[in-house]
Amino acid sequence: MKALEVISPGTLSLVQDLGRKGVGHLGLSTGGPADLHAFCWANYLLGNQANAAVIEITLGQASFRAQADVMLALTGADMPATIDGVAIGNWRSFLLNKGQTLKLGYAKKGLRAYLAIQHGIAAPKIYGSCATVVRDQLGGLDESQGKALKKGDMISSTSTLDSNLSAMFSAKFTPARFIPNYAQKIEIGVLETYQHELFSSKQKSAFYSNIYTVTDKLDRMGVRLQGNAINPDSKGIISEGIASGAIQFPPNGQPIILAADRQTLGGYPKIGCVTQMSLMKLGQARPGTSLQFYAADLEEEIDRYRKFTRFFGV
Amino acid sequence: MVYVGDSIDIGYVPKLALLCEQLQKDFPDLVNIIPSYTSIMVEFHPSYDVSKLTQYLSKMLDQFDQLKASSQQKLIELPTYYHPDVAPDLITLAQQKKLSIEEVIAIHTNQEYTVCAIGFTPGFAFLGVIDERIAHPRHEEPRLQVAKGSVGIADQQTAVYPSNSPGGWQIIGNCPVSLFDPHSTPITPFNVGDTVKFVSIDKQEFLALGGVIEHSKERVK
Repeated sequence: MKALEVISPGTLSLVQDLGRKGVGHLGLSTGGPADLHAFCWANYLLGNQANAAVIEITLGQASFRAQADVMLALTGADMPATIDGVAIGNWRSFLLNKGQTLKLGYAKKGLRAYLAIQHGIAAPKIYGSCATVVRDQLGGLDESQGKALKKGDMISSTSTLDSNLSAMFSAKFTPARFIPNYAQKIEIGVLETYQHELFSSKQKSAFYSNIYTVTDKLDRMGVRLQGNAINPDSKGIISEGIASGAIQFPPNGQPIILAADRQTLGGYPKIGCVTQMSLMKLGQARPGTSLQFYAADLEEEIDRYRKFTRFFGV
Repeated sequence: MVYVGDSIDIGYVPKLALLCEQLQKDFPDLVNIIPSYTSIMVEFHPSYDVSKLTQYLSKMLDQFDQLKASSQQKLIELPTYYHPDVAPDLITLAQQKKLSIEEVIAIHTNQEYTVCAIGFTPGFAFLGVIDERIAHPRHEEPRLQVAKGSVGIADQQTAVYPSNSPGGWQIIGNCPVSLFDPHSTPITPFNVGDTVKFVSIDKQEFLALGGVIEHSKERVK
């Protein structure tokens, strides 16, 4: 059922669900939300299934007009949101009546917002997912073949919307303690693995004491950092599978953290992986953010991530 | 990560392919199983019980040398037009290798290659191992655009670019057959362990198969 018309997609608006599993051996990326935390809350606030497709909006300045009375939820980056000019705030569910326009301003904090529709966005699944991976020409709305949302696109819900929404609607809010502040200085946990032994103890301590800057070369594939260069004792390794959050060091010595749309194989030495919980934070880091790594504890991180996945059912 | 060696050995490939196939069958819930030249990356959900998996893997690794790969792997023939029209590096490579263009083509088509890994871009199959006489390093500065279908050489590997993308391989020909279509099943004909053979075709056949000749300004002198 038609729910929203895209009036303006802003810089980049993509349909995302949890991503494509079991396709890495074909060279396909997983895709999925850059910030799993805000993605999960958006669906949770509407009682949607955890894998329901939502819109990931980068930097804001997007607007949508309701084609029917729809229940929506907005989480993630702080993009001042208004309904027909009236501010509504985020990290909450709300009602958008037929004909009303939801407008998101330029992101003041954070990088990506998540807009969920009750029951989730209807989009064809390829390899079990409608996640948009532009590079792979996969996902998104019907026939879009991996393209971002554009003006005039019609977004439908997977199920009929309740006709009597306004009578039964009550807004749900994410409790304040779960709302991140998307600070200008972030600490990112690292699990050492892969080729960490190619890094001397001196290089490792430099890695953890460096204050890196998030550069403007960041996208859904990876986040490039700038700091004191570190060059491990290696000219390159035999290409191997790249895990989510892997930290690779190309010859210029500046680390790249690999994210949801990462390539499946790579031949640069890797010191380890960013923890899944930290990776969600990184999905909101804007260019210029200061970043410091710390060594995380594997058992603790597994425990934290397990709790997260259990809570949201992902 | 599972490593079976620390240098490239073409003999590993069919065994790794077999191991991945069995893993997939015995542990269908794994998120991803990504083989490469000497490794397999196994990805699982955080709540996954890994003890059974690690036990299984260490048993498989103990038997790795004895693994007998099935002979069911496909042979894929790739028609390829070897001509400067579509191959900006063909002349230079032949000159540097002190070979004629015909000799380069003969050497490249004379041999069967093994799909060692699939990645970089979807459907990009790393094929090994090419004859040393035509082995050549990548361009130091990768091209911003390599045409779809380009057949390239990088050190002792060869590959076909399944879609337009940046790339630094030495381009010696073009294969007009589609090797990546996100909307067909399978999306790519390749599986790790498959055998690939290149077949030289002429301009007419190339065009008949849907090949495109673009005049690139980016020829390397």
